[in-house]
Parts: sequence; C-alpha cells; structure tokens
Amino acid sequence: MAMAEGHKSNAGRYVVVYICILAIAFLQFVIAYSNITAPQMFARMLFLAVVEAALALLFFMHLSDNHGLLWFVVVFTVFVLLAMQYGWTDSFRELLGAPWSSYSKS
Amino acid sequence: MSHADAMGGHAGVMEKPAFSVPAKKMAMWLFIIADTATFAGCLVAYGFLRNATPDWPRPFHSITNVALMTFILVTSSLTMLFAIDAAKAGEKAKALQWTLITAGAGALFALLHIREWLGLIGEGMTLLKNPWGTGLFGASFFSITGLHLMHVTGGVIALVAVGIRYKGGRYNADDLEITGLYWHFVDLVWMFVVPLVYLLNLSH
Repeated sequence: MAMAEGHKSNAGRYVVVYICILAIAFLQFVIAYSNITAPQMFARMLFLAVVEAALALLFFMHLSDNHGLLWFVVVFTVFVLLAMQYGWTDSFRELLGAPWSSYSKS
Repeated sequence: MSHADAMGGHAGVMEKPAFSVPAKKMAMWLFIIADTATFAGCLVAYGFLRNATPDWPRPFHSITNVALMTFILVTSSLTMLFAIDAAKAGEKAKALQWTLITAGAGALFALLHIREWLGLIGEGMTLLKNPWGTGLFGASFFSITGLHLMHVTGGVIALVAVGIRYKGGRYNADDLEITGLYWHFVDLVWMFVVPLVYLLNLSH
C-alpha cells in the first residue's frame, strides 16, 4: 500500500526538470531555423533529444532512485539501438552509389 | 500491498523482486523497453528511407502546431507527477484532479494531431503519394505519428480508468505511478519524433 504519512513532495524538483526539458525543446526549434547543414542539424537535434530523454528517465520516471534498473534499461536500450545500425551503409549506397560503386569510377 | 503480503507471508523463502522493483512496475518497465525497441525500429527505418531518398518532401511550413503539441505533452508529464505526488500524500481528490487534467491534456494533444493530419490529407497527402516528393513520406509519417497517437489515446483511456478506480479505492498510489510511467514514456518518444519527423522536414 502506498504510504501517505511522511511523504515528501518533489514538486520543486519536477518543475525545475520540466523547465529544463522545455528549454531544450526550444533549443531544438532554434536549431531547426539555423543556417547549418542537414547532418549538423540532425546531430545537434538528436543530442538534445537524448539529453531530454535522459532527464525524463532519471527524474520523471525515477530511474535516478534505482541504479540497478537504470543500468538494465541503459544497457538494453544501447544494445538495441546499436543492433539497428547495420543498414546505414546500404542507405548511403542507394543514395550515392558509394562506397562500392565509386571504386569502378577510378 | 507490500511484497511480503503479496507472497502470502513466504517472503523469507521467496526470491526478491528484480532490481527491488514491485512486479507490476517491473512489468511496465519491460513493456516500455519493448516499446522503445518498436519506436526505435520505426525511427531508424524512417532515417534509412529519408537518407536513401533524394526527393524527400519538406511539407511543414510552420512550427506553431508542433511546438504547441510539444508544450502540451511535456506539461502533461508534469501534471502526472503532481497527481502521483498527491496520491502518495494520500490526497485522493487532488490526485484524481491532476490525473484528469493530464488526460485532458493528452486528449487536446490528440485533437491537435488529428487536425494536423486532416490538414495534410487536405493538401493531397496519403499513405502512398503526396504533391511534394516521394510517396514514402506519407507512409512513414502516418505510421510513426499514428503509432504515437495510438499510444496517447490508449494512455488517455488508461489515465481516466485508473484515476477513477484509484479514487474509488480499487487501485492505490502505486497503480497510478505505474500508469504515470507509461505516460512519461509517451512524452519521451515524442522528444525524438519532433526533431526527426517535423523539424528536419521544415520547408525553409
């Protein structure tokens, strides 16, 4: 049963994290209108999204309170994401004909 | 109910729960991890398609709608936390109130999303074709945002159901917290959908 007595409110911490997440989201919108290349834009936005997600995981979903579960989630998620990267080289080949077809050009 | 109670007084001889997390919460975490793989698969496949397709459309003229949707969803995560805080303090009426506010924000998000879909459909975008470029855009856009919208809709229903049952005494604060985990996950996924699907496809 959830305990009602002695519960300490975390509202202040939640509001701080909420403001941080909103600020990071705002930064993403600023980057969307900045004069940089698409890969640079992609990298910066993805980095900020990862920071946002980390804040939500640690403080909204309380993973900061349970280090065992935190490591389980992080290791599993990183493994899944890495396992999905094998197709990228093929997407570049379809777009540019590179790197394999470039050998025949020389 | 404590873990020892759930084990019928056999806690001393039973294995402790994994990561010191109650079984229901662990089940939700496993669902979240599996769903992370689903969304990651969709977004990576989307990235693959976008990277390999030269005439990828950039149909979004304004960020107003997606910015508003983001604000609403992130704010709904905060209101969900207030609901859980109130529930843990034993303030049932306040907890239900914050839960219903969260559900209302989710419903508003869904309505804005549907309005955006209808706008794009009105401009000639379907699953297979659109006026701006490759038809793959419609398929990937509707698939990813549709999957997310389905999660939001399911979350709104779950929030209302769990909130009402919590107020009625059938569920406790832990159940509300577990529903909150799902809601935060829906918010978390949106943090990746916005830059990849919307902001990288602005027409400027």
